[in-house]
Amino acid sequence: MLTTTADTDVGGFPLYNGSSGTFLPVKEGNDAMATVKFDEATRVYPGNDTPSVDRLNIDIQDGEFLVLVGPSGCGKSTSLRMLAGLEEVNGGKIWIGDRDVTNLSPKDRDVAMVFQNYALYPHMSVADNMGFALKIAGVDKGEIRKRVEEAAKILDLTQYLDRKPKALSGGQRQRVAMGRAIVRSPQVFLMDEPLSNLDAKLRVQTRTQIASLQRRLGVTTVYVTHDQTEAMTMGDRIAVLKDGILQQCATPREMYDSPANVFVAGFIGSPAMNLVSVPVADGGVKFGSHTLPVERDSLAGGGSNVIVGVRPEDVEVGNEGDGLELTVDVVEELGADAYVYGTPTDDAIKLEGGDDSLVKPFIARVDGRRVPMKGEKIWVQPNSSHMHVFNAESGARLSH
Amino acid sequence: MALQITTARPDPALLDLPWSTPLEDWPEDLLAALPRGISRHVVRFVKLSGRVLAVKEIKEDIARREYAMLRNLRRLDQPAVEPFGIVSGRVSADGTPLDACLLTRHLKFSLPYRALFSQGLRPGTETRLIDALAVLLVRLHLTGFWWGDVSLSNTLFRRDAGSFAAWLVDAETGELFPNLTKGQRAHDLDIARVNIAGELMDLQAGELLDVSIDPVEISNRIVTRYEELWAELTATEEFDTGERWRVEERIRRLNVLGFDVDELAITTDIDGTSISIQPKVVDAGHHSRRLLRLTGLDVGEGQARRLLNDLDSYRASTDRQNDDEELVAHDWLTRIYEPITRRVPRELSGKLEPAELFHEVLEHRWYMAEREQQDVPIERAIEDYVRSILPTKPDEASVVGVDTIEMPVIAD
Repeated sequence: MLTTTADTDVGGFPLYNGSSGTFLPVKEGNDAMATVKFDEATRVYPGNDTPSVDRLNIDIQDGEFLVLVGPSGCGKSTSLRMLAGLEEVNGGKIWIGDRDVTNLSPKDRDVAMVFQNYALYPHMSVADNMGFALKIAGVDKGEIRKRVEEAAKILDLTQYLDRKPKALSGGQRQRVAMGRAIVRSPQVFLMDEPLSNLDAKLRVQTRTQIASLQRRLGVTTVYVTHDQTEAMTMGDRIAVLKDGILQQCATPREMYDSPANVFVAGFIGSPAMNLVSVPVADGGVKFGSHTLPVERDSLAGGGSNVIVGVRPEDVEVGNEGDGLELTVDVVEELGADAYVYGTPTDDAIKLEGGDDSLVKPFIARVDGRRVPMKGEKIWVQPNSSHMHVFNAESGARLSH
Repeated sequence: MALQITTARPDPALLDLPWSTPLEDWPEDLLAALPRGISRHVVRFVKLSGRVLAVKEIKEDIARREYAMLRNLRRLDQPAVEPFGIVSGRVSADGTPLDACLLTRHLKFSLPYRALFSQGLRPGTETRLIDALAVLLVRLHLTGFWWGDVSLSNTLFRRDAGSFAAWLVDAETGELFPNLTKGQRAHDLDIARVNIAGELMDLQAGELLDVSIDPVEISNRIVTRYEELWAELTATEEFDTGERWRVEERIRRLNVLGFDVDELAITTDIDGTSISIQPKVVDAGHHSRRLLRLTGLDVGEGQARRLLNDLDSYRASTDRQNDDEELVAHDWLTRIYEPITRRVPRELSGKLEPAELFHEVLEHRWYMAEREQQDVPIERAIEDYVRSILPTKPDEASVVGVDTIEMPVIAD
């Protein structure tokens, strides 16, 4: 599930479709600490009662790759644009390093917005295509050449610098585009769904390459996506937003292992975590025929019901009558293992996160050599050391 | 999956286009022009039932978004190309799914900037293009449209009485907001500035633009022109109660710039000694609307201004200042404008739009009169123009072309 972003060969860095932004820092080198701080940052659109971004607090470290993720309308793009200077900040502050940038214009912030749209100029050499924006900013020729050569080295384009873009392969052209952003050496890169116009296969290739390049450059980066897999594979840390409110900001591992609430638990991970509302019983919670032991402390805040979360790989298939009874609907064979999609036989038990039109199945990962048949009944229970318990009312995490 | 066609103007001929073939492999006999240059997406211009359509191959969700955005912009009366339809669910003969196609109508008599430069233009053309783009950007921003990718390549230009009018062609990155923030406007302007400079540098590298022209200086013009116009259209003005004529004066200034004021906020201070005014809603097209009302002619703003001037001098020379304006306009249309514009032989009709031709004839008459040191009747001017000038002009009715480099968005 968790793919690490291996430092892939940059020579095989074929198809980045990003583009450089336009905000141009004109300076020699870049030694300032580019931390980013959202400090109670709030955006309320005129005419709205509820903020689109509500008292956002995130501290981003120098060189960190932070991903803002959440469903459509959660405020992730608005947050990024507040940092870029494109949205007004109605409350709180935004800091880059030790500068309060809350009221600065976009071009005074030393950030580069990286877009998916990008044009290469056919009559200009690759070097000029990478460096022309520096020329506009009045950087002297020697400095431009130096920065272009450095970027070309990182992007493996050195031997093509004096050619025209037409002579390049598609992948090399994409790298020229990235080069245009790099030569500006901004304090912060901002990327808003840069992969959204790529096809599925290319998206997978490219996300690893962006992450790898970002690590080589060590430039603080804030990246927006709606895709949790993209977030998990790319980010040093992930900030999950919903309805303008930060749900959790943590490393992919922490996010996966200890989601702060039911929303994060259901959003992060694929296939999604099973979330079942179950009654509290003496010494634990009732899960089908079983009482699962849960520490009394963990249940203290909850009511008579709690939500138990278990990831498909942490589901144990037991003997007949042990745990929760499921009817198998679909089996997805993956070779070494298989995913079983089932429905609780007791139709009073519903999984959280489904909607009216679609009953959410209970998903279990099972040994590929012991796969149940469609229509068969199986009994499942969580591996108690990887079980999550949430307050049924507030959705907040109860277990540690 | 079955082919799905969304269009506001169903045309059965659409079904005959080879949708199961990737756009870049479409047969040449379908194309209105061979692809010139290279673009970010694959774009082709095809002939369909007597019109020219631009076909762009992109992902379906992006195609739908851009289609809806272009429709919205048209509804808001903004100068944007007309969306024609979307074709999705395309599958090649071997079963491979193909990207959707967004169809837009080619804007007749419009010119891509690169085509303009390759004609070898009068000096100062580059600044006139920038001025037109500044007007377009201000208009879009007043509507709440954030473009996100302002450039000469994403714009088409139409001749407008010696200057140009700019039209938006690519709305892929755009978004509509109730109002734009200062930061959003500044961002668009900055994108425009950098893109324009890049585009002009490329023209120089391609030897289409004289090296004596400084791309950076020209690109800075977008910022100053935009800011001047924005201030004139939106700034609050304060004056003493005794200077009430300044309200009229402000409206007149906006009219001269081609804008009507639909809503003006007027406030006084507590003791009533000073007044402040601020235009709240302004509409471009002051002259073209007036001409349309008087004559039914739908032309560019600069052309309308020119035609209205000629209408005024007609009125003065025929001593009809006291007649009903509409009656005079009708006579001018049938006795002057239509006879002149109809003098163009059919084979030369693709050179210039009628209103632009009329403007050129007026200019030509002025030069003839100067040369001969006497008044020249318009009949003689059009005769001379059609004989000596018009045949030397390029055909501009359907100039198409795309000009950036294709950036693949699918895996090799």
